[in-house]
Amino acid sequence: MAEQEQKRKSSGTRPTEGETEVEEATPAPSERGEKIKAELDDLLDEIDEVLEDNAEEFVRNYVQKGGQ
Amino acid sequence: MATTKVCGIETEYGIQTPGPDQNPIAASSVLVNAYAADVEQQIGWDFEDETPGNDARGFAREGSLAPMVETHLANTVLTNGARFYVDHAHPEYSSPECLTPLECLVYDKAGEEVLRRAMVAAAARIPDQAAPVVYKNNSDGKGNSYGCHENYMMDRAVPFAKVIEGVVPHFVSRTLFTGSGKVGTETPALDAETVEYQISQRAEFFEEIVGLETTLKRPIVNTRDEPHADPKRFRRLHVIVGDANLSEIATFLKIGTTAIVLAMVEDEAGPTRDLSLSDPVRALHQVSADLSLTRPLALTDGSTATALELQWELLGAARKYAEEFGLTALGDDGGVGALVMEHWEAVLEGLESDPATLADTLDWVAKRELLLAYQDRHSCGWKDPRVAALALQYHDLRPDKSVFRRLGLRSLVPVAEWSTAVAEPPEGTRAWFRGKCLARWPDAVVTANWDSLVFDIGADPLRRVPMMDPLKGTAEHTGALLAQSTSPADLLTRLNS
Repeated sequence: MAEQEQKRKSSGTRPTEGETEVEEATPAPSERGEKIKAELDDLLDEIDEVLEDNAEEFVRNYVQKGGQ
Repeated sequence: MATTKVCGIETEYGIQTPGPDQNPIAASSVLVNAYAADVEQQIGWDFEDETPGNDARGFAREGSLAPMVETHLANTVLTNGARFYVDHAHPEYSSPECLTPLECLVYDKAGEEVLRRAMVAAAARIPDQAAPVVYKNNSDGKGNSYGCHENYMMDRAVPFAKVIEGVVPHFVSRTLFTGSGKVGTETPALDAETVEYQISQRAEFFEEIVGLETTLKRPIVNTRDEPHADPKRFRRLHVIVGDANLSEIATFLKIGTTAIVLAMVEDEAGPTRDLSLSDPVRALHQVSADLSLTRPLALTDGSTATALELQWELLGAARKYAEEFGLTALGDDGGVGALVMEHWEAVLEGLESDPATLADTLDWVAKRELLLAYQDRHSCGWKDPRVAALALQYHDLRPDKSVFRRLGLRSLVPVAEWSTAVAEPPEGTRAWFRGKCLARWPDAVVTANWDSLVFDIGADPLRRVPMMDPLKGTAEHTGALLAQSTSPADLLTRLNS
């Protein structure tokens, strides 16, 4: 993501790389990102079944009384 | 040492009946009554100790509106110790008092299951009509918001000004993981032309830093002083600034990180850097609208920090606190605290490297990635009604319509655990005594409340059992007593002996 180019780190409070424990079972971020994208693609194939029939009316009718 | 952070979550659910005729109060009542009649027995709520107008700062501000307590609407207490009722035209589930943030997550998920079962029960009761549908979200996209509140037990001796100072930077910056995501804007707080999607559902509804109100001019720190416990010893911090989360990790982190920040306040062991924001309300809005997570927020010392930097500071302080004080204030031997720390760090790392990697972890990211992918496939934009519909359906609790469910976010607690929690109370707080008495003697318990139970044992007058300490009335304290008691009258005799 282009907007992520600028990364800021705060001073002193973050652990160094060596201190960060890496869990074997958790895939690396990029790998996980790819997996999520692939799953999203599959989901989009079936999303029309889930989506309410008349999206515009459905959204317009969703009016709530304010709460706390 | 910090007081054990007994905690709970109250959620006002969105409610909709298909078709043009909307009566949300009636629909909410149908849900609550159907559940009470078909799943649980009907036990009334005792309003005697409800004082939502009391201000933690020790005064009631001129012109402030104390919330009304609605005593005539459907209202029931469940055998898991929770309260399920109609509040402000919404069905509301208030979890029982929980000992740890992980337990609180379990009882929040149990609440979703209660609402799902209530929808089924309601549909069965009104076969000829459209049954109400429930959404776990915080706004209708048209300027109306409803809340998801957290509660934490605190030591009464800590000055409230210290609490405010300690929590405001966290409440503003934790939005990065507590946000449930929203398409567009709906208040003048943010520019509708430029904000296509924002992190939080609730953030833009906040207008004050500190205050008593909950339904208008919402404050970042709510001062409602209603401890539901011994007021000399305890305070209940009532937090109204969070989003309702479907993500288990988001809920767990919301409660867990806040409990740690509050423990640090009590032990005077917060961050060494002064994190006070120059304009916390504006900062809250800015954090919600800044998807780049890089916007500098002005601090009172003249420096700036991004929300992410504030979170790293708080995590750093929490790490130091954990080493010096331990994290037993989170209700166990420190295991839950360690789990909070682990997820807290992982989420901040993810947000810093690329938020999209948290699409299986946080609500606002999961929803955003889905909506972006949908727009990509259908060559449409944020203003397409199908995008808005999909965003709304993320929060739909019906299993066949829930988009959240299809996205399959990472889970922290097994389904079996929160299914049990639908009927069984937590063992480590007074909710256990409440729930068990209700389950065993539903006819003898005439009303229940957070801090008392009222029994009718056939002889006048009614007998009230006060429970002013949330950490008493646990399975450990009262299990044997309850097991030995042969009747409510016998229980009361034993309690008084």
